[in-house]
Amino acid sequence: MNDNIRKGLLEKIADLHSVPEGAYNIRENSESAGRRNTDEIAIETKTDKPGINITVKSGTKGKSVHIPVIITKTGITEMVYNDFMIGDDCDVLIVAGCGIHNSGDEASGHDGVHHLEIGKNSKVKYIEKHYGEGNGSGERIMNPEMTVTMAEGSTLEIESVQIGGIDSTNRKTVITAAKDCEVIMNERLMSDGHQNVNSDTEIILNGKGAKAQINSRSVAKGESTQVFYPKMTGNADCFGHVQCDSIIMDNAKVRSIPEICANDVDARLIHEAAIGKIAGDQILKLMTLGMTAEEAEERIIAGLLK
Amino acid sequence: MLRLEHITYTVTPEDGKSGKITILDDLSLEIETGKYIVITGPNGGGKTSLAKVIMGLVKPESGKIVLDGMDITGLDITARSEAGISFGFQHPPRFKGITVRDILSIAAGKKLKKEECCKYLTKVGLCAEEYINREVDTSLSGGEVKRIEIASVLAKGASVMIFDEPEAGIDLWSFHRLTNTFRELHENTGCTLIIISHQERIISQADEVLLIADGKLKERGKPADILHTIDGVYAKPCEKTV
Repeated sequence: MNDNIRKGLLEKIADLHSVPEGAYNIRENSESAGRRNTDEIAIETKTDKPGINITVKSGTKGKSVHIPVIITKTGITEMVYNDFMIGDDCDVLIVAGCGIHNSGDEASGHDGVHHLEIGKNSKVKYIEKHYGEGNGSGERIMNPEMTVTMAEGSTLEIESVQIGGIDSTNRKTVITAAKDCEVIMNERLMSDGHQNVNSDTEIILNGKGAKAQINSRSVAKGESTQVFYPKMTGNADCFGHVQCDSIIMDNAKVRSIPEICANDVDARLIHEAAIGKIAGDQILKLMTLGMTAEEAEERIIAGLLK
Repeated sequence: MLRLEHITYTVTPEDGKSGKITILDDLSLEIETGKYIVITGPNGGGKTSLAKVIMGLVKPESGKIVLDGMDITGLDITARSEAGISFGFQHPPRFKGITVRDILSIAAGKKLKKEECCKYLTKVGLCAEEYINREVDTSLSGGEVKRIEIASVLAKGASVMIFDEPEAGIDLWSFHRLTNTFRELHENTGCTLIIISHQERIISQADEVLLIADGKLKERGKPADILHTIDGVYAKPCEKTV
């Protein structure tokens, strides 16, 4: 049973069906459950606080590192510090999801504090999926924090997804981009029941030619609440675009407060935000193609969160 | 055979006034299987409502709809779709996060390959390479969304295809391609084609034209005859009232 839960969580948060290729570190119930270093990627346990240091050698290309965290016991709450040092001219994939299965009556939570230093001309794709499940009354809580410092010419693509089942999340992300950097942040969130989501993202474009995009899409169901604060700051000749789209359902509440802040005359910043229910004509259209109303609703939500 | 018997459809006035407005008034008609039918008539006459009643998008107060001997009056939209009816909206909705390929695949009931999508998009004058992975959202123009809407009906491949003013918002070149597509569809598939249109070019290639006005079937006949009637009566409303 426990092994099935473990496998299910790993599949949900990191698409893992077996031991991943490349470097990995699996954390389970606050303990290490497996680690592999490679010639290019080294993972070391921190000595001063919980967490790991991940070092990617300069010139590493086409490699990946998985650092999933799973909690399958009730009453576990932890704060973990993971630092990534990515050298110059790299092209790497980081998969850093977290899954909680809580069948007890005590809260279980994981607060992951991640810091990334991305070297010159490196390309990083960072995938983080959060998921919760279990029949217990204990809450499932995740409060991820991420700070990123990007060196000249580097690229970062973030895919941050909260699939469901998390009762409370406070997400903070701050990315600082130098000259000619490119950032794409895709955030997908779904909340239901009495869940609360708070997402606070800031991208600071410090260098000439830097560009960034925040695409935040969410669905709020039940009695859940969501608050988004995406902020784009332009301190140079740069381009930034913030877009937030939310579907609101049932008795949910959504606040979306995009901010753009230009501190340079050549900064070009745009924001767009929309909140609305699923349009009736969207449902009708899909029904004319053979879907039921329920299937149409699911498809529209799945599309938005894709 | 599609048969409508004594269909009456009313709506409540949006301005809060009491009473009801009759949109379709005890309307009965039959459409033979495999025919190319154009429904035309003045604005507000009930054409779109008639099409929506057939698809199940609106419910009539009374009357009966029979498709190939089966009473479909009580069926919802999904069931009517399964029974072989499809509908191209005059103002199609947009979908954030759903691509052109997704919509065509939903319509076809299977994940379509690029070549299959290309086939449908070409029929409405769109280049698949440019459109297949684009989302059907506000980044597309009204004309593009309209043509994707028509392509989705083609991908559905129903036995009764209804298009509500397919020409609206479409440029002349695409319109020419579209009229050819409707003609080919009629000649090659044997489906019943019901098109709501004001365009003479579409009207003229129909087997039969139904003239709907004031919620009633005023006339039906060959395109030339109905066009003559339209010219004589409905094209000159001011003269009638002077």
